Amino acid sequence: MEMKPLTRLILGLVCLLVAIWLVAPTLVVVPMSFNENKSLAFPPQGFSWQWYQNFATNPEWSTSFLNSLKVASLVAVLATVLGTLAAFGLDRMKARPANLLRMLMLTPMVVPGVVLAIGIYAVYLDAQLVGTLTGFVLAHTILALPFVLIAVSANLEVFDRRLETAAASLGAGALTTFRTVTLPLILPGILSGLLFAFATSFDEIVVSLFITNPYLKTLPVQIFSSITRDADPTVAAVGTILLFATTILIGGGMLLLGRERKGRV
Amino acid sequence: MSALEPTTPSAPQRAGWAWRPYALTLPALLLLVAVIGYPLLTIVLRSLSEPQWGLQNYAWFFGAPVNLTVLQRTFTISAWVTVVCVLCAYPYAYLMTAVGPRVRLVLVLCVLIPFWVSGVVRTLSWVILLQDSGVINSLLRSAGFDGVRLIRTQTGVVIGMAQVLLPFMILPLYSVMKGIDLRLVQAARSLGARPSRAFFTVYLPLSLPGVYAGAIIVFILALGFYITPALLGGPRSTMLSTLVQTQVLSLLQWGRGGAMGVVLLIATFVLLALAAPVMRSRYREAGRR
Repeated sequence: MEMKPLTRLILGLVCLLVAIWLVAPTLVVVPMSFNENKSLAFPPQGFSWQWYQNFATNPEWSTSFLNSLKVASLVAVLATVLGTLAAFGLDRMKARPANLLRMLMLTPMVVPGVVLAIGIYAVYLDAQLVGTLTGFVLAHTILALPFVLIAVSANLEVFDRRLETAAASLGAGALTTFRTVTLPLILPGILSGLLFAFATSFDEIVVSLFITNPYLKTLPVQIFSSITRDADPTVAAVGTILLFATTILIGGGMLLLGRERKGRV
Repeated sequence: MSALEPTTPSAPQRAGWAWRPYALTLPALLLLVAVIGYPLLTIVLRSLSEPQWGLQNYAWFFGAPVNLTVLQRTFTISAWVTVVCVLCAYPYAYLMTAVGPRVRLVLVLCVLIPFWVSGVVRTLSWVILLQDSGVINSLLRSAGFDGVRLIRTQTGVVIGMAQVLLPFMILPLYSVMKGIDLRLVQAARSLGARPSRAFFTVYLPLSLPGVYAGAIIVFILALGFYITPALLGGPRSTMLSTLVQTQVLSLLQWGRGGAMGVVLLIATFVLLALAAPVMRSRYREAGRR
């Protein structure tokens, strides 16, 4: 579309502001994490590493971090296996039941977090799953499942099933066909599903806040209670670490996606 | 595309295996029933049965002015968030379609980075920015606006929520705008329409499905927001989710909390049902292309 120079300028400025609004707030945790005082007031004073030390040595923080890693790893594996199986099943069904089941499996994405949280909490109280590893893994898996399903389904949609027929006609059994033809071709989808599932669990807060107890806290729960309790810059240090960790993860994911795109052309 | 030629050769040989796709989805479905279906059912039952069977919890919810205020506020805040998102996302998504691949990559990254950064951390950033001794207030003060309160106000909640939800608006909008045939705009121009007229009569209507899809997603997600209002809001900006949490965790009123949850759930699904026809027609279009 053609535009007058003035319109073009305004459009550019507005978009610049939106981009700053999107990205800049997240970066504010970085300077705060080196604060010398125990305060979250801006601007930070002086420079110190003490909040990073606190994160590493204070058992409250380090335990919750390890808990989150443990839960997220288990969730990533479980959600990826269940999600990939389901994506295959849906891909090979008739369209009508497939659409119905797909919608059903995507519901965890739209059910309001708190409603789900009180429901799971009620059930967990009866089943004595509050504050247990099993409880966290099951709840996070169901929340991560839609992301795996979407990622793998997107890959299966562009997968040419005649390749399987070709392999079968050349004498390969079902398992061999899957291992040597299907799996390598949809691997990018499975891997990005794995990544999404890990991130979903690692970041999950609403349901976690309800099913947590003093014996098992995940990192987001610890961050949340720290923010509501006092102005401890350790949260800023954790935020900074997470920011860098996710940036690296995204970088990895982008590389995978790039490879996938190249492979498809 | 694989859809061009169905895999008929292998079909007869697989006829006896028709149940197999269903078996593959079974584990996921079982977990879904156990961890989503059963809990939601529990909540619905409790809202109808505690302390005794009947609709008393719903009568209480719709009878107390406080609850209605919060319900109305939840919808108002969500509507404001949606409006802010549409206004910011529209020019942004348009620019994404108009620039070269390099700038587009930068614009896409700007959308995806906040998408990926931990939600709690992002809310923490907003607490730091919006607090009374925060960045925005110091800037405002130096510009001569003293005593502007942002944290624990509705404005603060809307600013924080809109930033979190903006990517959900930009991405569907971009995918629709990408498909708009710009020759239609050129045609309007060549027939004598001024640029603004060409935009309003040709481009804008063609982009509306994207606006609609994004707005519904943003509105639905905003309705159920919990963390951002809990940390950025105050007693005068409480949203429904916080009320549900208070009833269940602090007052142990499972029936009342459950009734509120069911209201929130129904509102969500009604909105989704409204959005479904639009989304479906978009998919059909995509299939035809």
